[in-house]
Amino acid sequence: MTTTGKISAVNGNMITVAFDGAVAQNEVGYAILGDKRLMAEIVRVRGDRCDMQVFDSTTGLSIGDTVEFTGELLAAELGPGMLAQVYDGLQNPLADLAKEASKISKDAEYFLQRGMYLPGLPRDRKWDFHPTAAPGARISAGDPIGWVTEGIFDNKTMPGHKIMAPFSLKGVWTLKDIVAEGDYTVTDDIATLVSQDGGELKVKMMQRWPVKVPIKCFTERLEPTETLETTVRTIDTFFPVAVGGTYCIPGPFGAGKTVLQQTTARYAKVDVVISAACGERAGEVVETLKEFPEIVDPKTGQSLMKRTIIICNTSSMPVASREASVYTAVTLAEYFRQMGLNVLVLADSTSRWAQAMRELSGRLEEIPGEEAFPAYLESRIAAFYERAGRVKLRDGSTGSVTIGGTVSPAGGNFDEPVTQATLKVVGGFHGLSRARSDARRYPAIDPLDSWSHYNSVIEQERVEKARAILRRGNEIGQMMKVVGEEGTSLEDFTTYLKAEFLDAVYLQQNAFSESDATTPVARQRVMFDMVEKTLAADFEFPEKDATRKFFLDLQQTFIDWNDKPFESEDFKSLKSGLEKKIAEATDGK
Amino acid sequence: MFNNKVYHKIDALSGSVATLRAEGVKYNEIAVVESRAGTSLAQVIKLDGPNVTLQIFAGARGVDTAAKVRFLGETMKVSFSDALLGRAFTGSGEPRDGGPEIEENPSPIGQPSVNPAKRIMPHQMVRTNIPMIDLFNSLVKSQKLPIFAKAGEPYNELLARIALQADSDVIVIGGMGLKYDEYLKLRNTLDKSGALSKTVMYVHTAADPTVECVLVPDVSLAVAEKFALSGKDVLVLLTNMTSFADALKEIAITMEQIPSNRGYPGDLYSQLASRYEKAVDFDGAGSITILAVTTMPGDDVTHPVPDNTGYITEGQFYLRNGRIEPFGSLSRLKQQVNKATREDHRTVMDAMIKLYAQYKETVEKQSMGFRMSAWDQKLLKYGEAFEKGMMDLSVNIPLEQALDLGWKILAQCFDKGEVGIPTKLSDKFWPAV
Repeated sequence: MTTTGKISAVNGNMITVAFDGAVAQNEVGYAILGDKRLMAEIVRVRGDRCDMQVFDSTTGLSIGDTVEFTGELLAAELGPGMLAQVYDGLQNPLADLAKEASKISKDAEYFLQRGMYLPGLPRDRKWDFHPTAAPGARISAGDPIGWVTEGIFDNKTMPGHKIMAPFSLKGVWTLKDIVAEGDYTVTDDIATLVSQDGGELKVKMMQRWPVKVPIKCFTERLEPTETLETTVRTIDTFFPVAVGGTYCIPGPFGAGKTVLQQTTARYAKVDVVISAACGERAGEVVETLKEFPEIVDPKTGQSLMKRTIIICNTSSMPVASREASVYTAVTLAEYFRQMGLNVLVLADSTSRWAQAMRELSGRLEEIPGEEAFPAYLESRIAAFYERAGRVKLRDGSTGSVTIGGTVSPAGGNFDEPVTQATLKVVGGFHGLSRARSDARRYPAIDPLDSWSHYNSVIEQERVEKARAILRRGNEIGQMMKVVGEEGTSLEDFTTYLKAEFLDAVYLQQNAFSESDATTPVARQRVMFDMVEKTLAADFEFPEKDATRKFFLDLQQTFIDWNDKPFESEDFKSLKSGLEKKIAEATDGK
Repeated sequence: MFNNKVYHKIDALSGSVATLRAEGVKYNEIAVVESRAGTSLAQVIKLDGPNVTLQIFAGARGVDTAAKVRFLGETMKVSFSDALLGRAFTGSGEPRDGGPEIEENPSPIGQPSVNPAKRIMPHQMVRTNIPMIDLFNSLVKSQKLPIFAKAGEPYNELLARIALQADSDVIVIGGMGLKYDEYLKLRNTLDKSGALSKTVMYVHTAADPTVECVLVPDVSLAVAEKFALSGKDVLVLLTNMTSFADALKEIAITMEQIPSNRGYPGDLYSQLASRYEKAVDFDGAGSITILAVTTMPGDDVTHPVPDNTGYITEGQFYLRNGRIEPFGSLSRLKQQVNKATREDHRTVMDAMIKLYAQYKETVEKQSMGFRMSAWDQKLLKYGEAFEKGMMDLSVNIPLEQALDLGWKILAQCFDKGEVGIPTKLSDKFWPAV
């Protein structure tokens, strides 16, 4: 029997419901408003009343209106059909919502209609199921029993989309029967499992999983030691991200957080990218929506969109589903991880998610912590990033979820609760600086403040040497502001120019240039060798102007070199040109 | 269900908020409060058991505990018709200009957000004939852009000029916390130029009740949305959004909400975003472009209002000393349009800004008493010409003329090879001096 209740209070998107029977924390219910059903989630229970956050506007609800509880937690639908989709925070496909709304009126299709929820996976689409398990097989939670073709996951260059036994399965079951190869929808029964005590379970291609609970069908967690290739030089070389690691990108507005996330979504060497636009501008999502289908993924030769899922809960969409959106994103990621794939979750921005928690906490009249954020802010942030990781699955293969979150600190000041709580739990910090973005030095990752615990694509001591020059160059630059160029020794001046050179040719990368936007690791190594040679060289120039002229010239050639395709003829000739220039300037040493 | 019962007893009054016991009331519905202070609309902002909390638009001053309260069973609506054009109203939709009330087509305000899947990429430039905008930071149809300025800057003058010169079908002006004479000035400026006939104004003046201030953006944008859906390109001008945020703060504190930063409510970002995100280009219909003024208390861009705004909008214009600053000002969407104007647009834009940055450094050097080289002298000449020819707000020329002027200024101050412009373009455009 399902539990029902009556609304006893309405305050913003929060309702209080007096219920009969039993309810669970985070259980989903629907508030009935005429012919509309508004989805809500229980966030607090007190006696026979519970507080629920409504995932829609509460306008029009009255005291005494009915609420029907579902007995289920807020869950995502997992199965074939998620790739290339654009979902809102509750996994409603946005294109389908528009189509459904257009049935109301022409104008209505432009807007998100209240109380309209659609299944996350298409129900009518048929998938070519290929069984891989035979009757009698012993099956545990998450074990693959077959696969289907979905886009790039065609069982040729990439593995097929694996169909797995429900993650909620307890103990070891026996496969009683499984359908033959053929076309099935996600809701068709494809197999029957029998438990040790004889209970039977029909298995479908689709399964539901509560988004706020991590999927744990793996044998062990592995240390994230391998570098995730983002092809952004300053990240891979200086502040690397690991496969299965976590990192954050805090920065003031206009510093290029979103461009950096978009570049990463495009070029990172992973199998699936899940991009959660959480409380940000709708316009930016539209750019991704229109551009990604056009871009070809070099790995598969197919549209980039085929490996991408976008969870889009922009700033004007309901706050409660914004809170849910990052969990939906990471749950989808964990699903693909269970297939042995490497998944990257990009959350832009976690500050908006934290603000959603703050709004909710305020309405619950909880005692506030710093800047009115709830006291559980830190543990929620920590728990979210902890869902990243590289894991060993039961069949011996490994899969991973890497999480990168942007943070939008108030006033660009990193001493605020969300940035600080995030820094405690991530493995990499890419701090964007206003000074760099004002000087148009993109990506504006501050090379002095940022850090990473992960392994670089270049040997650590070589990276450290380069960073030491950056640091020294910065000190000299500060000094020069006071004493002027005249008061600086030629040696210091050369070090300063070396640091500027490293910055200009290696750290800075033009996200809008075809060749420069992405630097694969092999190319980074070649480039770093060249930069290192320049940094280590013992130049001897007669005076400062000559030194500056030399570096400007070298820099120009290097930037031209960056623009040439890797290992092309132009690339090779510019490379030897650079070597010659350096050799000439250090002649006789 | 029409709730025609009249309630006669108010239990609590505080700020603009009244609480009474009533039945069958819907969240966010509108009520009429008749009291000694007169008649005012009010909105239900909280339901708790039998207790209904109302926000009285005209404020609670003079409202007595025996006031008559009647619930209307519907949410806040604003009338929409072509008859709105040329008119001025208050935040709650009452005529402010002595004209008749308009009651056609009542449409609800604060409608749901646009489905991101139904948005299209912004692609059309809005010409303003202000070189600092057209040439350096082009405004794009469906963009949302604030003007950041400290108090005392001529931001309303700038807004009025853009309103007059920008190509749009309809202008909606939302005034919040305006001084009465500012409102009159704005209105007269539009009237003189004949633009008033395509303008509708919703104005809250500093003397009006706070609640009406909060209604202004919603009412303005609801009307704009209706015009846009009927195929019109609408320009919405909101001044001043800092007053709007301050009104939100005042109400939140009265409601005993826990403040987050400098007294502002924790949902300030969502509140601002839900308004700014109304900017849209409808596929197959019209568009909404939003230009807003955000004053920066203490000229501090990290103040919560400009700071949150910067995270929401697509760039910003800094108005400083009566000029649009080339540094810091940014139109995030300019790349979408400035490739299709004239082939030299981007190049002139980049070259002139880079040289102006060098000029600024030279001025600094000069003030520190360093010797000026021949190059410095050239930069000084250039900087002066640039400020006079381009930055002065009185300059009023179309983009093409502004580009030509740019070449002329460059040619007067520099040699062809000194400005970092590809030879192919300078051969074509470099004027003979």
